[in-house]
Amino acid sequence: MKSAQVIMDTGAHAAALAVKSARVDVIPGYPITPQTSIMEALSAMVENGELHARFIPVEGEHSSMAAAVAASAAGARVFTATSANGLLYMHEVLHMASGGRLPVVMCNVNRGIFAPWTLWADHQDSFSQRDTGWIQYHCSSNQEVFNTILQAFRVAEQINIPVMVNFDGFAISHCLMPLTLPPQEDIDRFLPPHEPEWRLDPAQPSSFSNVTNAPEYAPFRQMLSDDIIAAIPLVKQAAQEYKDITGMWDGDTIDTYRLEDAEVVAFAVNSMAAELRLSIDILREQGIKAGLLRPRLYLPFPTEDIISALPQNAQVMVLDRNYNFGHPGGILASELKSVLFGRRNDITVKNRVIGIGGIDLTRRFMAAEIRAMMDE
Amino acid sequence: MTTSIKQLPDIEQVLSGNGACGGCPATMALRIVGKALGSNAIMLLTPSCSVASMGMTPKLGYNWPCINICFATAGSSASGISHALEIMQEKGRLQGELPTVFCWAGDGGTYDIGFQALSAAAERNDNMIFFCYNNEAYSNTGVQRSGATPRGSFTTTTPTGKRQPKKNMALLMLEHNIPYVATATVAYPGDLYDKVVKAKNTPGMKYIEILAPCYLGWQFNMPETVQMSRKAVRSGSWLLWEAENGKISFNNPSAHIISGKKKAEPVDEYLMKQGRFSRLLKGSDAAQRIAEIQGDIDREIAFMRERAKITI
Repeated sequence: MKSAQVIMDTGAHAAALAVKSARVDVIPGYPITPQTSIMEALSAMVENGELHARFIPVEGEHSSMAAAVAASAAGARVFTATSANGLLYMHEVLHMASGGRLPVVMCNVNRGIFAPWTLWADHQDSFSQRDTGWIQYHCSSNQEVFNTILQAFRVAEQINIPVMVNFDGFAISHCLMPLTLPPQEDIDRFLPPHEPEWRLDPAQPSSFSNVTNAPEYAPFRQMLSDDIIAAIPLVKQAAQEYKDITGMWDGDTIDTYRLEDAEVVAFAVNSMAAELRLSIDILREQGIKAGLLRPRLYLPFPTEDIISALPQNAQVMVLDRNYNFGHPGGILASELKSVLFGRRNDITVKNRVIGIGGIDLTRRFMAAEIRAMMDE
Repeated sequence: MTTSIKQLPDIEQVLSGNGACGGCPATMALRIVGKALGSNAIMLLTPSCSVASMGMTPKLGYNWPCINICFATAGSSASGISHALEIMQEKGRLQGELPTVFCWAGDGGTYDIGFQALSAAAERNDNMIFFCYNNEAYSNTGVQRSGATPRGSFTTTTPTGKRQPKKNMALLMLEHNIPYVATATVAYPGDLYDKVVKAKNTPGMKYIEILAPCYLGWQFNMPETVQMSRKAVRSGSWLLWEAENGKISFNNPSAHIISGKKKAEPVDEYLMKQGRFSRLLKGSDAAQRIAEIQGDIDREIAFMRERAKITI
């Protein structure tokens, strides 16, 4: 039996390696910073024969997602990637992917959105696509990016819902970290070939995404809403079986650190949540019983797992790297409050917006933020 | 020799019973296209009259797998399907002759919102046939102006007649250096049929534009669709041509107009038959505005005559 290989790699290249080991068929792509290096790596792999797939160099992200959904409807396994304004440009077609029940997997490398321009990370891009009907993971390490893309294909194809795998621009996409590559036969065991129940087939002429009347439209939308929630057990199963096969674990719907006896709980996503583990250690050294709850899944929001994981009477410090315009804080805090209401009245929620447009989030800075929030 | 209407195959891909208006030229054209393509094809539709008339879920009046896609995406969506089919065949997951992938878009989905994705698909020379059925307006939403609306035409967004000429979309597609471009219209079904057969047997990007006189948008009598289509060609306001690997040849009767063997009919009579020009013709500046339209037609004939001479 072959053993796993450990290399040093960037998050963007780790994503490309995961796509390669998923044996993807079609990759439409368009460059945008900081996602570009994923597409560069994949087009090189296709060009040199390392990956038997088609790379379609489209003229924009709207077309990128259009080619992705159409290729998926034809029965192919499809991947693409984008960032920030590219994601926003896709918006209309994101709805077609989910409404059309097409299991496309996409990486969104998080970046703040225009205007004004910024190249650096925050989470306004992915969170602003909340209502497009995509499942959304948020990853905190290069290894998790690799692992999650494989899990995403499995979940997407099981339930016919597209999946977005998000991770921070630069902090993850461009930084080297150790990366464990499981043997290909283990990945093949985890992710079987894509065999869609339905595809565009002249032997079976039928319409796809055609006009409906309300009696047909409403049940389609209800099914999508129900099935997104029904993805939660599939996400857990995928994480568990991936662990059984590869030995690697990044959490399932949530990831926790020193949470069991915590009185103060940091709540955040992506690379800042990895750094927050160190902030928790600092706070613990200062005698504060701190812990971390990171929703790995943003959509469907892991309501039940959050409710059962939060210790009694905890103060939850939500650190949002985005704005919930029209409200004083960020989007994660709103989501959290909405699920706690009436179910965990013992919990206090406090919220700050930090790290916008790539402002550096160090362990000491975030530890100090949490201390300051405790006094509010 | 052009195939005669009597020689067209019996196969019907447009099934009886659909939501099209009586005398709909798009449906008529699609019927002929179906005879040329046969059943082994995949159809992509952007929002347009042919979507409104294809039947509502779960019914379908076209005998192909049909996918409705976002308005701006016909070119890129067809690229996605075409590449997916080819790679699945390479990997052994599809056997036999691959289906023809074709887009069926209106002039809005081609000239305007669809132009970017179409241009890029053409530049990549992806394998598809892109059909534009051109009724010279956004007919499906109730007749608004498009980039294909000719000068002088009334639409609900050009209430005093359009001030600009239409663009020559087929020529723009030719300048993408694609292997096959053709224009057609419903009054010449054999010509359309032959062009579709040629496109089907040519690998890479093919563009076929079909002038589709819409009685509702153009405001003429419903049974006169074919006559109006013929008048458009005879007046020279629509030229029948094709280009194989960049070399343009004209088809009759346009070939005679281009060569000067026959004169194009004056545009007046063609315009008078259509309500969409009637406001213009009632105005005090009618003569001047008719002369402008005639000028557009004469310029296009002269330009295409010269363009066809370039065979580099």
